[in-house]
Amino acid sequence: MIDQPKNERVSVSIKKATKSYGAFLALDDVSLDVSPGEFVSILGPSGSGKTTLLGILGGFVQPTSGSIWLGTRDITFEPPHKREIGIVFQNYALFPHMSVGENITFPLRARRLPKATWPARLRSALEMVELVGYGGRRIHELSGGQRQRVALARAMIFEPGLILMDEPLSALDKQLRETMQIELKRLHKRLGATIIYVTHDQREALTMSDRVAIMNKGRLVQVDTPERLHDYPANSFVASFIGEATLLAVQRVQGDAVRLGDQVLKTTRRVPEGDSLHLVVHSEKLMVADGSQADSCNRLTCVITDTLYQGESIRVFVRPDAGGELSFRLPSNHAGRALMKSPGERITLALHPEDTIIVPDAG
Amino acid sequence: MTKSTRNPSELHERREQRLMLLLLAPALLVIVVLLVLPLLWLAWQSIWQDGRFTFAHYERFMTDSVYWLAFLQTFRIAAIVTLLTVVLGYPVAYVAAGAPQRWSILILTMVLLPFWTSVLVRAYAWLILLQRNGIINSALTGSGLIDAPLRLVNNEFGTVIATIHILLPFMVLPLYATMKKIPGELTMAGASLGGSPMHVFLRVFLPLSLPGLIAGMVLVFVLTLGFYITPELLGGGRTYMVSMLVSRNIEVYNEWGAASSISVVLMICVFLVFRLASLLIPFERIMGTR
Repeated sequence: MIDQPKNERVSVSIKKATKSYGAFLALDDVSLDVSPGEFVSILGPSGSGKTTLLGILGGFVQPTSGSIWLGTRDITFEPPHKREIGIVFQNYALFPHMSVGENITFPLRARRLPKATWPARLRSALEMVELVGYGGRRIHELSGGQRQRVALARAMIFEPGLILMDEPLSALDKQLRETMQIELKRLHKRLGATIIYVTHDQREALTMSDRVAIMNKGRLVQVDTPERLHDYPANSFVASFIGEATLLAVQRVQGDAVRLGDQVLKTTRRVPEGDSLHLVVHSEKLMVADGSQADSCNRLTCVITDTLYQGESIRVFVRPDAGGELSFRLPSNHAGRALMKSPGERITLALHPEDTIIVPDAG
Repeated sequence: MTKSTRNPSELHERREQRLMLLLLAPALLVIVVLLVLPLLWLAWQSIWQDGRFTFAHYERFMTDSVYWLAFLQTFRIAAIVTLLTVVLGYPVAYVAAGAPQRWSILILTMVLLPFWTSVLVRAYAWLILLQRNGIINSALTGSGLIDAPLRLVNNEFGTVIATIHILLPFMVLPLYATMKKIPGELTMAGASLGGSPMHVFLRVFLPLSLPGLIAGMVLVFVLTLGFYITPELLGGGRTYMVSMLVSRNIEVYNEWGAASSISVVLMICVFLVFRLASLLIPFERIMGTR
């Protein structure tokens, strides 16, 4: 087992990277600094430019303008095989005609390292991904999770300072995906390598990352810690993308109040200037008003429209009298059931001013 | 077993099998009548003559140098043609497989274009191009590059050129189909792992394209073994391939038995080539499937 981080930590700088395909801007003036050893996720819907960004980092796509730096090294025009970046591809990209061991030692062969050094490194790589004894297996004999581990071991055996991962867990089933998330996190701590992780799964990004970069239409919208992204979204796009949120159009009244329909809601946050504002209501922040909440809470009277039993919780859809539609969750336990009502009945919900999030429109 | 005790699903399955057989029947009939029976007749003729069994036609392979020289030349030409179609076809297939859709369609159309002309027409076209005072020789002598016209046709050289031209699609198409199936991420992965373009080609792309390469080589080799019109027209009598040996035996000597025995031996050679190829490439291992 290796306990000391062995990879040389390296910082990554993307400086004003732009990529255009004819009139289409796949990447629009993207700048991102990643500290050595940091785990940064790039999160965005399909077509947001995250794959293009990854291609530019890996050297498979040439930026139209801008530069890419690895530490103090400008790698913008460096070919992929000289970049020393480990890449884990979406569908693993394992070589089907090679055994597990041949796949993992490919980087050693490509670098013409003496063959005598291979077995020890192969063993430690197999140990790291818990596949000891699998070196002679063929790729088609492995399960999805095992292939994933081989791809990881192959991308790490040459000890790159930066590892790129392109939706590496998207092909796995939910349970395995969650196990692998924890394992990847653990590996990251042990390796100390900088990791840039592309995903479209917001929960995965929030779980694993030090910071998350949100992309939309070729631009970086917000780069922040998971907590900040969730509770302080920069605009309506981020707010709708992160967490289970409903957005309602509101008007600004003053610095600490907005109007929803004919109801005024108070907030402890600063209300941004501008005409098109949204109230962001996370389902977990709504409480059923039962007299235990502070008087300062915003209260919304609603009609229940539907309920959805989801195992650990019950999702309740309501229509506030002030307009729009919202949903919140009740735990599916005794206390939750006590508060539960049927569709058609009225209910009063409380939203704390601290949880009353107002964002500008993404435009 | 009586009908009533039969399982209904078993009955249904039998009905389906009968239907399948019925659907296959016309094609099966054509193959048996037009291919299997004539081949058996051919084999029979080679060992049965004047009311008794004879191996005289086969003994001639040992004694008559014309026979084995024709086989030797045929196999040599087939080997040369195969090798050169690989050299010419592999890069074409590689570019077509890697190019954007529009371009690959254009490239493949150009590869297939000669297919739409008859072999005979193409053979005469090559004759016109390559002959002593043909276009190529006049261009070369006219520009002063050479003093006397080159001997480009009426020999093995001309035969090889025209044969390659006709058989190139049989190399390019299987190669293209195989290469198209190699995921682009594999070469990207190879590069990201530190492999130079040459290393990635030799270690990843080439091994994965081998099934197509060998399929193309077998096709071209086997088809060349049976070539007739091209060597007849462009060989100028200096190229003597097995197919011509067969035709001479019938046209000149009216020796059906001898012609049959040569055909049988050639057919066995073709089977051996196929068998050899299937031993050479364990398809499963190369593809990494099953």
